[in-house]
Amino acid sequence: MAVAELELPAAVDDGPTAAERFIAGILPENPTFRQLLGMCPTLAVTAAMKPALTMVAATAFVLISANVMVSLIRHLLKPHLRILVFTLTIATFVTIADRLLAAYLYPMSVALGPYVPLIIVNCIIIARCEVCGSKQGPFTAFADAAGNSLGFLIGLGSVATVREILGMGTWFGLPVLPAVVPRWVIMVMPPGAFIALALLLALVNWYQARPKRRAEV
Amino acid sequence: MTAEPVRIAPAPALHVAPGPHLTVSDFTARRMMADVLLALLPVAGVAVWIFRWYAVLQIAVCVAAALLAEALFSRLRRRRAPLDDLSAAVTGAILGLSLPWSAPWYVGAIGAFAAIGLGKAAFGGLGQNIFNPAMVGRAFVMVAFAASLAGGAYVRAEAALPILTQATPLSLAKGTAGAVALPGLWPLFLGNVNGSLGETSALACLVGGLYLCWRRSAAWQIPVWTLAGAAAAAVVANLLDPATPLTVLHHLFAGALFFCAFFIATDPVTSPLSPRGRAVFGFGVGVLVVLIRTLSSYPEGVVFAILLMNSVTPLINRGTVPKPFGGAVELPGGAK
Repeated sequence: MAVAELELPAAVDDGPTAAERFIAGILPENPTFRQLLGMCPTLAVTAAMKPALTMVAATAFVLISANVMVSLIRHLLKPHLRILVFTLTIATFVTIADRLLAAYLYPMSVALGPYVPLIIVNCIIIARCEVCGSKQGPFTAFADAAGNSLGFLIGLGSVATVREILGMGTWFGLPVLPAVVPRWVIMVMPPGAFIALALLLALVNWYQARPKRRAEV
Repeated sequence: MTAEPVRIAPAPALHVAPGPHLTVSDFTARRMMADVLLALLPVAGVAVWIFRWYAVLQIAVCVAAALLAEALFSRLRRRRAPLDDLSAAVTGAILGLSLPWSAPWYVGAIGAFAAIGLGKAAFGGLGQNIFNPAMVGRAFVMVAFAASLAGGAYVRAEAALPILTQATPLSLAKGTAGAVALPGLWPLFLGNVNGSLGETSALACLVGGLYLCWRRSAAWQIPVWTLAGAAAAAVVANLLDPATPLTVLHHLFAGALFFCAFFIATDPVTSPLSPRGRAVFGFGVGVLVVLIRTLSSYPEGVVFAILLMNSVTPLINRGTVPKPFGGAVELPGGAK
C-alpha cells in the first residue's frame, strides 16, 4: 500500500485535462493566430481552399499520430534526445502521408510539391509533442492534437477563403463572385498571403483586445 | 464612471522636452502638404489638358478614396481623423497622377485604400510609415490588377483623343509595341505624349518642383541627385548598348522620372534626414529607375526604385550622421 501511494503522483496526469487541451487548441491557443506556428504552410499553400484543406488533413494526420505515439513512448524519452525522437516519429508519419497523397491524390500531391515533406519541420507538431505528448497520456495527447488540428483548420481555412475569393472569385473552385467584380491577382500571389494573414491577425487581436478595454473603462 | 485615480505626485513644475528647441513654428506638416498640392497644380493642369475628363475623374476618385480611407482607419484606431493636415489628400493626388488614364475607377479606389491602410495606418500614421504610401498603393494595384496597369493598358485604339491611341514612350523603347520611332525630346519635355497622368510633362513637374524646393517643402538635394543618378546610369547604359533608342535625355524626359524626383522621392517621412543622406538616396533612386527600365521586363521603374530606396533609408541615415558643431559625439553603442 505504501509503495502504491508513493508511485501514484508520477502516474497521474498533472497537466490540463483532455477537454481543456482540446478547447485551448481551437481558439484560445490557436496555432496560426495565437501561437504563430506553422507559418510556412499558412503562407505557401493558401492560395485556394483545396490545397489548403489537403494540407490541413495531412498535417492533422501527422499531428494526431505523432502526438499519440510520443505520448505512448514518453517514459522511454531521454531529455537530451527527445527532439530527435520527436522528429523521427514525425518523419515516419509524414512519409506515410506523403506516399498516401501521391498514391490517391496525385495532382494534389504535385501541386503541394515540397510542402508535404516539409510537414516534418512544422513547429506546431514539435510544439505539441514537447508541450503535451511527452508529458501526458495518450488520450490527452489525442485531444490536444485534435484541438490543434481544428485550430490549424480555422487558420488555413480563413486565410485561404480570403485569398481565393478575392483573388479568383471562387471558393473550393466554385464561382462565388460575379464576373463584374475585379479579381485581385495579388491575393493569390505570395504578397497576398502576407497581407491576408496580417489583416486576419490584426482582426483577431482587435477582437481579443475588446473585452479587456471594456473592463478597464 | 469610476472614481478618479489617486494622484501620487503633483504635476512637474519644470517643463522638460527633448530638442530641437529652436524651430520654425509655421513649418508644419499642413503647410508642407498644402505646398505639395499647390505644386501639383501645373502637373494636374497638363494632365487635364492632355487626358481631359479621364484625368479629372482619376484624380478625384483617388483623392476622395484616400480621404475616406484616412477617416476610416483613424476611426478604427480611435484617433481623430487628421484630414486637415492634407497628407491623405497629397497621397491620393500623387497616386492618381501616377495611374494610367484608362485604369478603371476601382483601381484608384483600392490603390488609395492600400496606400493609406497598408502604407500608412498599419505603421502608425503620418510620420511613422517606412514606405511612401502612394507608391505602396501603386505597387499594390500594379500587382493586383496587372492587366489594367501594364504598358498595353495605356493604349486604346478606339479612344477619342489621338494621343491615347499611341503607346507610351517607354513601352515603345521596350519594343513591346512594335518598332516605332520614339517621340522627339521636345514633345517629351512638354508632355504631349501618352503615359500615366502626371508623368508626361517634365516641364510641369519642373515648375511645380522648383516651387517646392524654393519653399523648402522639398529638399533640393533629392531631385538634383535623382536626376544626376539617372543621367549617370543612362550614360553607362548607352555606352554598354549603343543601339538602344533611349538616349540620356530620353531617359530623363520620358516616363515618370521628373515626377518621381520632385514629388515622390522628396516625401520627408521616407527619405533621409541629412543633406549627404539625401544625395545618396536620390542617386540610388535615379540609378535604380534606369536599371529597372533597361534590365527588367517593366518599362518604368519608379515605383520599385522608390520602395527599394525607402527600405534602406534607415541605413543611409545611420551612415550619414552629420558632424555637429564642436566635434563628433559618441553614438549610443560606442561607435563614433
